Amino acid sequence: MSRRSLCSWQNGANKMIGVLALQGGFIEHIHALDRLGTAAFEIRKKADLDNKSIDGLILPGGESTVIGKLLRDLDLFGPLQKLIHHGTPAFGTCAGLILLAKAIANDPNEYLSAMDITAQRNAFGRQLGSFHTSGHFAGLGKIPMTFIRAPFIAAANDSVEILSEINGHAVAAKQGHILVTAFHPELTEDLSVHRFFLENC
Amino acid sequence: MNDRYELNKNLAQMLKGGVIMDVTNPDQARIAEKAGACAVMALERIPADIRAAGGVSRMSDPKMIKEIQIAVSIPVMAKVRIGHFAEAQILQAVEIDYIDESEVLSPADDKYHIDKMKFSVPFVCGAKDLGEALRRIAEGASMIRTKGEPGTGDIVQAVRHMRMISQQIRRLQNQREDELFHAAKELQVPYELVKYVHDYGKLPVVNFAAGGIATPADAALMMQLGAEGVFVGSGIFKSGDPGRRAEAIVKAVTNFNNAKLLASLSEDLGDAMVGINEQEIALLMAERGK
Repeated sequence: MSRRSLCSWQNGANKMIGVLALQGGFIEHIHALDRLGTAAFEIRKKADLDNKSIDGLILPGGESTVIGKLLRDLDLFGPLQKLIHHGTPAFGTCAGLILLAKAIANDPNEYLSAMDITAQRNAFGRQLGSFHTSGHFAGLGKIPMTFIRAPFIAAANDSVEILSEINGHAVAAKQGHILVTAFHPELTEDLSVHRFFLENC
Repeated sequence: MNDRYELNKNLAQMLKGGVIMDVTNPDQARIAEKAGACAVMALERIPADIRAAGGVSRMSDPKMIKEIQIAVSIPVMAKVRIGHFAEAQILQAVEIDYIDESEVLSPADDKYHIDKMKFSVPFVCGAKDLGEALRRIAEGASMIRTKGEPGTGDIVQAVRHMRMISQQIRRLQNQREDELFHAAKELQVPYELVKYVHDYGKLPVVNFAAGGIATPADAALMMQLGAEGVFVGSGIFKSGDPGRRAEAIVKAVTNFNNAKLLASLSEDLGDAMVGINEQEIALLMAERGK
């Protein structure tokens, strides 16, 4: 449903991206998309998905326990899982990575279970462990990366392409139409990861 | 500004649209996390009880804070007295995620706030108006909250502070650039911060509402007035059914413009905290630390 013609892949100009806006840093994603000339709308409740053609979904950073709970309480869980299952491109940052993972190493909760990765929550420790660095991202070269109480990818299936590693830990990956980063591209001026999502997922 | 300060502002950005709940033990912390709190504030007594008990109120026992850190996976915050940088050093040593330099506790210094730039952990501070907010930011606060009267269940002061800050921001936005130097003098804050507010029409850090929030409607009111999230202190664990009320307030913050949902969230919550009206209070905590 979301696979448009090749020309619309070249840029995000014709796309409409839904950004999950239950809690956390969703407005930063909308600003990043705006700077790329891509339209976006907020998803706060089920009705926000009605009568919309949606070309991609962004799951922002925040607290995965909060967003995961609200997904269920506000009846968004089923509709979003269905969208992703049917091929709508999805991009999760930080908490969004945790929501998309099929397993979480240190948390019994399970959320959208869309990607064959095991996430490790708060993998770099508490806020004192948060850090900013620059690292290599496959196809994009060196990009700035901000990690806030971030997870990493502790394990991944063979069909998952690891796009970036920091200190030996996988921090970005892609599986088909799903992209995840443990860091927050939306908190930096760099738009290359958002562009990557619009062009490759 | 260094990396650390940016990272600390970034954590506050990730708390936006969320509810930070006061808790006094691991059980309450777990109830708060389960109800959808985006962070918990660990303290020995909630503000309503601090107000009732009287006496000097201080930083919590680090052992209790550590137990709460083990009990939940969300960020854990804790309060220090205004100006008490040694308490802040202790909280940094136990790797707290955010320090609230708070008027709820008895002030340790009646003149100077903590030099928060000296710390690696982030600070949130209260503000009644734009001058206070920008002075705290100049000292290194990476998040601001209103100073609504704690432990009262009365929203009037939080509303007053939020409106005041918003009005003063709009006034600065409308001023000519050559008037900003004088505005900085009047507000008693650095010119660079005044210029930022003039240019962007907002504070350079995240701004939450705090003090007196007791119902989903209170939370929605503060969000519609421009708060980016809310702190709920006594309102939850002084009410009849804390878990249920906490969940309702979390949902109200996410859908603060959806009156139909707010109506259903407001049903059957049990008793709200009794509260005290502003005029009935002898001690105005918001007047501590300007």
